[in-house]
Amino acid sequence: MLTIERALVDQIVAHARADHPDEACGIIAGPAGSDRPVRYVPMANAERSPTFYRFDSQEQLKVWREMDDRDEEPVVIYHSHTATEAYPSRTDISYAAEPNAHYVLVSTRSDEETEFRSYRIVDGEVTEEEVRIVESYGA
Amino acid sequence: MAIEVRIPTILRNLTGGDKAVEGKGGTLDELFTDLDGRHPGLRDRLVDDKGLRKFVNVYLNDEDVRFLGGLDTEVADGDSVTILPAVAGG
Repeated sequence: MLTIERALVDQIVAHARADHPDEACGIIAGPAGSDRPVRYVPMANAERSPTFYRFDSQEQLKVWREMDDRDEEPVVIYHSHTATEAYPSRTDISYAAEPNAHYVLVSTRSDEETEFRSYRIVDGEVTEEEVRIVESYGA
Repeated sequence: MAIEVRIPTILRNLTGGDKAVEGKGGTLDELFTDLDGRHPGLRDRLVDDKGLRKFVNVYLNDEDVRFLGGLDTEVADGDSVTILPAVAGG
């Protein structure tokens, strides 16, 4: 299960809407081992494409270094689909390289509602998980 | 002196859990071959028959080696190499 604060969900959805019809992508970092997404980090889609995304390699190095320095990890890795459902594509599955991350998929195919779903992708196996949106993680 | 190579989580099963390993060589290609001697299978995760794998990012002192010389990039003692899996999909 992914437990995530509403404000973070809103930021991800706003990013996906802003970049539509291109795919948007980014991460939510959190303390290593906590499984708690805290720090929103939108990333540039180096592909600037409606059907593909890739983190810019230089930006990725900078962000991964920052996480190392802060003892964080990418708790959530998100990207949007702009014409299809919020389900991992074949390429999403084959390139997924963070077995501990929650892979969040957002679909902006409908103007009215934005699908927001989360998956684990480990060794090519996709498992959808429940998303619990909370106002605050509390103490 | 040696070349430090930082290993991403997904490849640490090949380095006994180590976050960083050391190796030697005059080029990235030689460095990966040297590492593969002690960490069998590592090279195959980084390189295919066309060169550096498309969805692996390799940085030499913070510079993406794709913009340097790819596998022929020269390396030397004291350099730092970082490997990160690309985050990508469709």
